[in-house]
Amino acid sequence: MPERGEARRLSETAPRRIITVMAMSGVLVMAFILLFLLREGMPILKGASITELATGRLWYPVSAPPLFGMMPLIAGSLAVTLTSSALAIPFGVALALFLTEICPKRISGFFKITLEILGFLPSVVLGFIGMVVIAPFLQVRLELLSGLNLMNASMLLGVMILPTVATLSEESLHAVPQSQRDASYALGATRCETMFKVVLPGASRGIAQAAILGLMRALGETMVVLMASGGAALLPQSVFDPVRPLTSAIAAEMGETSVGSAHYHALFFMGCILLLFTLALNMLVIKIESRGEAD
Amino acid sequence: MSQAKLTIESLSLSYSKGTSPALRDVTLGIEENSLMAFIGPSGCGKSTFLRCLNRMNDFVRGVEITGRVLLDGKDIYAPDVDVTSLRRRVGMVFQRPNPFPFSIRENVAYGPKLLGERDRGKLGEVVERSLRNSGLWEEVKDRLDAQASSLSGGQQQRLCIARAIAVEPEVLLMDEPTSALDPMATARIEELARELKKFYTVAIVTHNMQQAARVSDHTAFFLMGELVEHGPTTKIFTTPSDRRTEDYITGRFG
Amino acid sequence: MKETVNHEAVSEGFPMSGLSKSSDMGPVRPGYALWRKAADSLSTFLLWAAMAFVATVLCSILSFLAARGGGSLSWEFVTEPPRNGMTEGGIVTPIVGTLQLIFVSMCFAFPVGVTTAVYFNEYARGGALKNTLRLAMRSLASIPSVVLGLFGLAFFCAFLRFGASLLSAGLTLGCMVLPTIVTASETALANVPQDYRDAAHALGATEWQTIYGVVLPSAFPGIITGGILSVGRVAGETAPIMFTGAVYFAPGFARNLFDSVMALPYHVYVLATAGTNIERTTPLQYGTILVLLAVVLGISMVGMAARSRLRKDVL
Repeated sequence: MPERGEARRLSETAPRRIITVMAMSGVLVMAFILLFLLREGMPILKGASITELATGRLWYPVSAPPLFGMMPLIAGSLAVTLTSSALAIPFGVALALFLTEICPKRISGFFKITLEILGFLPSVVLGFIGMVVIAPFLQVRLELLSGLNLMNASMLLGVMILPTVATLSEESLHAVPQSQRDASYALGATRCETMFKVVLPGASRGIAQAAILGLMRALGETMVVLMASGGAALLPQSVFDPVRPLTSAIAAEMGETSVGSAHYHALFFMGCILLLFTLALNMLVIKIESRGEAD
Repeated sequence: MSQAKLTIESLSLSYSKGTSPALRDVTLGIEENSLMAFIGPSGCGKSTFLRCLNRMNDFVRGVEITGRVLLDGKDIYAPDVDVTSLRRRVGMVFQRPNPFPFSIRENVAYGPKLLGERDRGKLGEVVERSLRNSGLWEEVKDRLDAQASSLSGGQQQRLCIARAIAVEPEVLLMDEPTSALDPMATARIEELARELKKFYTVAIVTHNMQQAARVSDHTAFFLMGELVEHGPTTKIFTTPSDRRTEDYITGRFG
Repeated sequence: MKETVNHEAVSEGFPMSGLSKSSDMGPVRPGYALWRKAADSLSTFLLWAAMAFVATVLCSILSFLAARGGGSLSWEFVTEPPRNGMTEGGIVTPIVGTLQLIFVSMCFAFPVGVTTAVYFNEYARGGALKNTLRLAMRSLASIPSVVLGLFGLAFFCAFLRFGASLLSAGLTLGCMVLPTIVTASETALANVPQDYRDAAHALGATEWQTIYGVVLPSAFPGIITGGILSVGRVAGETAPIMFTGAVYFAPGFARNLFDSVMALPYHVYVLATAGTNIERTTPLQYGTILVLLAVVLGISMVGMAARSRLRKDVL
C-alpha cells in the first residue's frame, strides 16, 4: 500500500518542518530588531559624524538648531551602571556565599524566596520608592538641591540587579564539589578560609558571568533611572549629581518626537549604542562559558 | 611495643537520634609510626570511624558521638579543643583525588599559607620537600605552575598526599586512597604509604584485603559498626581469633 | 622476613630515597591563630548581616507601601474607571488593559516559545541552524526592554501599521518574554525521561506522535510554570509599552486589537510624574502600586509555588 506509506512519511516530515519554521521566528525577531534599530538610527549620521555625536557635550535636541551631543548621556549610563554594580556585585556574591556556605538548610529556602520576590518587584515601583522615600531623605540629610541623582538611582538599580547576581553566583558556588571543601577543612582551614580561598576561586568563572549579567541589566534598566536619576544631561562631577542615562532619555523623549525627525533618529541611534553594549557583554558571557566547558 | 599515638575509647556514633548507630563501642589503639589498616565490607563503618579521628563528621547534621579519642593522651572531643589545629595535626587523604583548581605549587602551599607562612623561599622549600616525600617531585618539578587537573589520577592523589603532609601532620588518615586508581598508580601509593609511616602514624581504610596485607603493620576488622578484631596484620590474616574475621578474609562474604 | 626484603627493594625504587621532615611548621607570627579565628567569626557575622539587611529592605518596602496604600483600596477602586482628569475614581481601565496585554503577549510568546523549545530538545541535531537560533535567543534575552520598545515602535507600530495599539504593545512584550519561556520549556522537556520516548517509539509511534502524545504532556506542568512566571514579568514591565500602545488616559477598555490601552505599571508612572495635581492623586498612586504589586507578586508566587511542587515531584 504505497499510499499509506506516503501518508505516514508526510505525518513525520510535516510537523518537523512546521516546528523548525516556527522556531526560526526567534532568529527572525532578532534579525528584525537589529535591522529596524539600524534603519531608524543610522540616518542621524547624515547630519553629524559619530565623533560629533559621541563627544559632543551638549544635548539640546529641541533647540534650533538641535544639538545631539550624547556624551553626557553615555557618561550618565556608565556612571549609573558602574556605581550600582560596585554596590550590588560584592553584596550579591556575599549573599550567595551566605546561602551556600553559612545558612542552615532549614531557613535557606526562606531567604531564597526573599531574594526572588525582590527580583519580581516591578522597576516602576522601585523608581517610585526612589522618588518618594530616598529622594527626600537624601535632600534633607545631605542638604542637596534635589535628592533625585546618580546615587539614588544607583542604589535602586543595585537592589534590582542584586537578585540576579546573587542567584547566579549561588548556582556556581553550589557547583564547587564538596570534596574540595573537605580537603580544605582537613588541612585545618576555617570556614572563612575555605570560603574565600577555595570555594570562591573555584566558582570564579560563574561569578564573573553573574557580574557581567548584572552589569548588563543595570545598563538596560529604564524606569528606575527615568524616575530617580534627576534627568539632567550633564557630565556628573560627583555621585550626588543628577544624570540622564541613555535609557531614560529614550523613554522620556520618544513620546514627544515626531516620527522621522532628527531627534527621533538620534534616540534610535542611542538605542543602537545600548544594543551594541549589551550584545558585546552578552558575547563576553558566552565566551567565558564556552571556555569553561573546554576545561 | 611503642606508645599508642591515638587511643580510641568506646567510641559510638549515630547519624540521627533513634537510628541504629553507625559505630558501636569501638576501642582501639594506634601505635606511633606504624601503619594500621581498617578493613571490612562496605557500609561497615570503617570510613565513618576514620572521619571521627579528625572530626570531619562534625559537619554532618544531627550526628551524635560518644566516647573518647585521645591524641597523645588528650581527648580531641574535649570542649576546649581547636578543631582547625587538630586537623592540622591529623591530616587526611580522600577516596577520590580532590586537588584544588589551582596550580600544583599552590595546592601544596595552601596549608602552610593558612598557617601564616608568607616567605616565598620557605614556601618553595616546603613544596619541594612535600613533593619529594610523596614521590611526585621528579615528575612535576618542571611544571609546578601547571594546573593540578592536568595530572593523571594517580599523580593527583600523590599531590593530595603532598598537600596533606605539607603542614607536617602527626597522623595521616587515608580513606580508600586507591579506590579510584589503576593498579600501577595503586602500587605507587602503597609504596608511599609504607614510606610515610617512618615519620607519620598512618591509618588507611581499604576494601582491598590484599592491600591491607601488603602495607599494614596492624589490621582492624569492622563489621556492621562493630570492631570485631584487631591485631598484627600477620596474625589477623593467618590466625584470626574470630569466626567472622576468618569468613571475611577467606572471601565467604563481603 | 620476606616482607622486609620486599620493602627495602621498594625504597630503592623511590625517586628520592629517604624522607625528610622539618618540624618548624607552627604558627609563624604570634597571635596569627587568634586572628584566623577572629576573621572566621567576623565573616560569618557580616554575611548574616548582609542577608538580614536585604530581608529588611524588602520587608520595609512592602510594609511601607501597604501602610500608605491600604486605605485607598476598596471595591470601587478596582471596579471603577478613573474620573475627573484621573484625580478621582478607580483603576479598572488599567487593570483590564494589563490583562489584555498579558493575553496578547502570551498568544504570541507561548506557542512560539514552546515550539522553539521542542525544536531545540527533540529535533535539532546541532549544526549552524541550531547554533544561530541559540545565539539569537540569548541575544534577545540580553536586550534592554526600552530598546525592545523602540523596535516595537519602528516595526509593529510604524512598519506593520498596527499603530500604538494593544497588538503592538502585546507583541513587544511577547518578544521580551520569549527567551524566558523557551528556557523554562526546554528544562521541562529535558526532564522527561528518555525511557518515555523509547517506549513510544517501540510501540511504533512516529516522531511527532511521540512528542505530541507523550513528551509534551509529561513536560506540560513545567512548561506552564515557566509561562506563569513570565506572565508576572509582562504584568510589571513599563518600558516596552511606553511608546507602543500604552496611553496616559483612555476613556474605556480596548475593544479591539488596534485600540490603545491603559496599563497598571504605566499608570503608576503617569500618576507619579505627570500629574498636575500630585497631592490629590497621592492615595491613588499608592493604591495603584498596591494593586500592581498584588498582580505581579501574586502571579509570580503562584508560579513559584507550582515550581516547588514540581521539584518535589521530580525528586
